[in-house]
Amino acid sequence: MRKLLNTLYVTTPDAYLSLNGENVVVSKGEEEIGRIPLHNLEGICTIGWAGASPALMYACAERNISLCFLSSSFRFQTRVIGESKGNVVLRKTQYRLSDDEKESVKIARNFIFAKVCNQKWILERATRNYPMRIDVPTFKESSKYLTEIMKRILVTEDLELLRGLEGQAANRYFQHFNELILQQKDDFYFHGRSRRPPMDNVNALLSFSYTLLANEVASALETVGLDAYVGFLHRDRPGRASLALDMMEELRSVIADRFVLNLINKKIINSKHFLKKESGAVLLTDEGRKIFLKAWQERKQEQITHPRLNEKIPFGLVPYAQALLLARFLRGDAEEYAPFLWK
Amino acid sequence: MLVLVTYDVNTETKAGQRRLRKVAKKCEAYGIRVQNSVFECVVDHTQFFQLKKELSEIINEETDSLRFYQLGNKYKTKVEHVGAKTTLNVEDPLIL
Repeated sequence: MRKLLNTLYVTTPDAYLSLNGENVVVSKGEEEIGRIPLHNLEGICTIGWAGASPALMYACAERNISLCFLSSSFRFQTRVIGESKGNVVLRKTQYRLSDDEKESVKIARNFIFAKVCNQKWILERATRNYPMRIDVPTFKESSKYLTEIMKRILVTEDLELLRGLEGQAANRYFQHFNELILQQKDDFYFHGRSRRPPMDNVNALLSFSYTLLANEVASALETVGLDAYVGFLHRDRPGRASLALDMMEELRSVIADRFVLNLINKKIINSKHFLKKESGAVLLTDEGRKIFLKAWQERKQEQITHPRLNEKIPFGLVPYAQALLLARFLRGDAEEYAPFLWK
Repeated sequence: MLVLVTYDVNTETKAGQRRLRKVAKKCEAYGIRVQNSVFECVVDHTQFFQLKKELSEIINEETDSLRFYQLGNKYKTKVEHVGAKTTLNVEDPLIL
């Protein structure tokens, strides 16, 4: 497995990124605020209206460094992608399968199966870790319900039905989300998922982590030579990285949801780190954003044993490992796509 | 791993000054300048080999010198900073 490199986050408004030799230079006005060698970076992610020089964009594309721009409200804006290269045969197989509904279902099924399985795992784990603080019987009941859904997913041959089952599972899972918040309950109350814009603190955190994750998954897919924009479950739509969204399904709860719960339950983030706009939208403050990103980076460095590869890797490489497994399946080297089933 | 690169280039001649600039530029491509003519580079073995080779091709071995200190992967316990101008560590969360 390759080494997990660092990601540079630029949150200073009006910062400008440029290339100097082999370095990315971050400057604000005339002042240089940072300079990092490109070979230490896996990706660059800017938030707010940071600009970048064409030379840097080119250097990043050439070295497979993902360069992405988010708006100040963490909406994804743009990613810089280089010339299409890599494995044409692999991509063509991907397109063929994506056009074929029957084949698509087979892969989509695995994504969703893993998603529900991981959601179930989070509920199960809560019953073991905090039996005194949550209502164990209802959790157990929901866990059973999810098991039933998982069984139905395995025999589904229809994409619409699959989406329906996914929705049902997500509904049930998010019903319990509020109970998983154990600290700072006054400030962090989960009413249900709201996005574009997120309307409360919890949703603001969730949205931000999903955006970051989606971008990481998309660049992982492109690193192994797949097209992040052609999906199996999510249909094609211009400008939407459908495959990245597909693959994200199974990782959402394990990587993003759990990360958000940790931030709240360990009191790393608190109500002071949020801003409420007149429209009702909730945003993170500059400081909150920095704390969030720092914790996110540290989380990515933690070592886990990949359940399928049986190899110790940093958490941040999980999207890459999954992309490899998907490519392996599309190439015909594996019987089926092995999703990330967290234990 | 972290490699500390330090150099001494004789700048009495025009050619020497040119070598100094070249060495500094090369080091900058691989790492972070922590003091004048001291660089910290987080590199893997291949990159380290390249860096050594490229630098030794620039210098004049009669008058200049290079020193490489390999501090391994667990270098964080081995480096301490006192005084002004703290520098970035390229493996810590990078938020600017």
